[in-house]
Amino acid sequence: MTNLIEVSGVSKRFGGVVANSQISLKVPEGSITGLIGPNGSGKTTLFNSVVGYHPIDEGSITFEGREISNLRVQQIARLGMLRTFQQTRIYGKMNCMDNMMISVPQRQMPLARMFSKFPREVIERAEAILEFVGLYQKRLLPAGSLSFGQQKLLEFAMALINEPKVLLLDEPTAGINPTLINGLIDRLRHANQDFGITLFVIEHNMRVIMNLADNIYCLAHGEMLAHGSPDEIQDDQRVVDAYLGAH
Amino acid sequence: MTAAGRKRASPASIIGHAAILVFGLAAPFVFPSYTFQIAMLWIMILFALTWDILGGQMGYNSLGNILFFGAGMYISAVVQISLVYDVAAYTSAFGAVKVDFTTAQYFTGIGLGIVAAALACTVFAVIFGSMVFGLRGPYFAIGTLGVALAAGELVGGWDYVGGGSGISMPVYPGEPEARSLFFYTLCFVSAISTFVFLKWAYSGRFKTTINAIRDDEEKAEAMGIHTVRYKIVAWGIAAFFLGISGAIFGNMAGFIEPLEVAFPTITFGIFMVVMSLLGGKGTLWGPVLGATLFHIIKEVSWTYLLGWQWVALGTLIIVNVVFFQQGILGWAQEKWPAFFGIVVDDKLSAKGAVASEAAE
Repeated sequence: MTNLIEVSGVSKRFGGVVANSQISLKVPEGSITGLIGPNGSGKTTLFNSVVGYHPIDEGSITFEGREISNLRVQQIARLGMLRTFQQTRIYGKMNCMDNMMISVPQRQMPLARMFSKFPREVIERAEAILEFVGLYQKRLLPAGSLSFGQQKLLEFAMALINEPKVLLLDEPTAGINPTLINGLIDRLRHANQDFGITLFVIEHNMRVIMNLADNIYCLAHGEMLAHGSPDEIQDDQRVVDAYLGAH
Repeated sequence: MTAAGRKRASPASIIGHAAILVFGLAAPFVFPSYTFQIAMLWIMILFALTWDILGGQMGYNSLGNILFFGAGMYISAVVQISLVYDVAAYTSAFGAVKVDFTTAQYFTGIGLGIVAAALACTVFAVIFGSMVFGLRGPYFAIGTLGVALAAGELVGGWDYVGGGSGISMPVYPGEPEARSLFFYTLCFVSAISTFVFLKWAYSGRFKTTINAIRDDEEKAEAMGIHTVRYKIVAWGIAAFFLGISGAIFGNMAGFIEPLEVAFPTITFGIFMVVMSLLGGKGTLWGPVLGATLFHIIKEVSWTYLLGWQWVALGTLIIVNVVFFQQGILGWAQEKWPAFFGIVVDDKLSAKGAVASEAAE
């Protein structure tokens, strides 16, 4: 398997705080890669660095072999790397269909199409994906009126219609009830296997990430602590110490 | 309302549109003594509609849109005069030159002036847009206000266009009745064109994109949307139509000067915001409704509450902002969501069970 994302030696400081120090990791194409670590260990900072939200202090980030650490958020998104947010972000006053339709990829969009209407296929595809995540009935409601869990599903659906090559999910199951979590795991796996979307997931729920991921990286205090299969990570004494506190 | 639930025009909507057209066409003949007031109503509607592109649909509260109104006015004046005279000589003479435009010169000038105003203002919007769109929220409002105020002061100090003493516009070659009808028609046509253009622009990707920028610009960027491009185009559209309105208003007023007529930030500049808020920002009809109501209230209070008219307007603004933020249409949308297409669909899927298999 080739590596879709390669992060090598990336550091990010905010003033005197070192959020990421010399982080290296690889996200193989077609995989589900997990990223875990205690609160404040630098997971979201690393995500933000990868998607170009802020410049990195040192190191290199490549996507499909191409250096992207100097590109801006929109440019990286148009290359096919998309992220969802820890605090779910949807377009609250627009209805779910509009949320979906605005998320279709704008990779090659000529100026003349700025005013175009949405073609029938796009509408049908948006409806099909909303149905896939179970929101078809609510498609005409303002997205802001949905429950938090439903908004997470909508955000996931918006990412799907964008047909990214890789999707970076920041705590996809946070704040979702257990029943919905199982449904979401199924859908994530489905997106990975059938739509061929590589997933890179930050997750706090150990049951979820151990079930879902092929390989897991663990961060602590801004440094890479461990890497391995879910079983290896679960048995790694350093990981257990990082989460529970070493004596 | 929605891109998905496109509806065919209902009979009621056709009758409604027709009634407005008929009113617009018949008004100057039925109410000849109010022709100027109704012409101003169309200008006000144009103001509210263009302000709402940014303020309502895109969530960028501009306090400086009046810039394009004034710029359009001056550009048109310069174009009209320069066709026949040297502009500097014309303005410095201040009435001493015997001004004489033939009928052909006058109408050619006004036509070219309107076109030049529209195009130049669009260019201005692109230039200023790339400067001020780095600002967000209140900073954008203050930044744009600063640009508009600065423009008024700059023009006031520029002798070529008459400085603070302004320009007397070319005189209409005809009877006063014909003149007022001519300008009424221009105001009416420009307001209707603005409305029709926006109705078309709001029917697809453009509206959805600028709405997305309003709701969460950072998310829109993270999704790869060309946000900067859309923001500049949206402002360009507003500037285009405001430039036209400025060119028309300048000629209709007959005399232009920088602070009270061309760049009146505290009257027209604020009115456009208030009218959109009153009718319901972020909707197509809200600004139209708001402008109509506001204009009527304003004219009535100027007639019957003279001396207290600003107090009355201030009260209206306070009531609107404190108790009624969503405006008339926003309130109606909350009260009767189903009428605006906000419904839970009973169907579980587009095609029933078959569709869910296809999606698997």
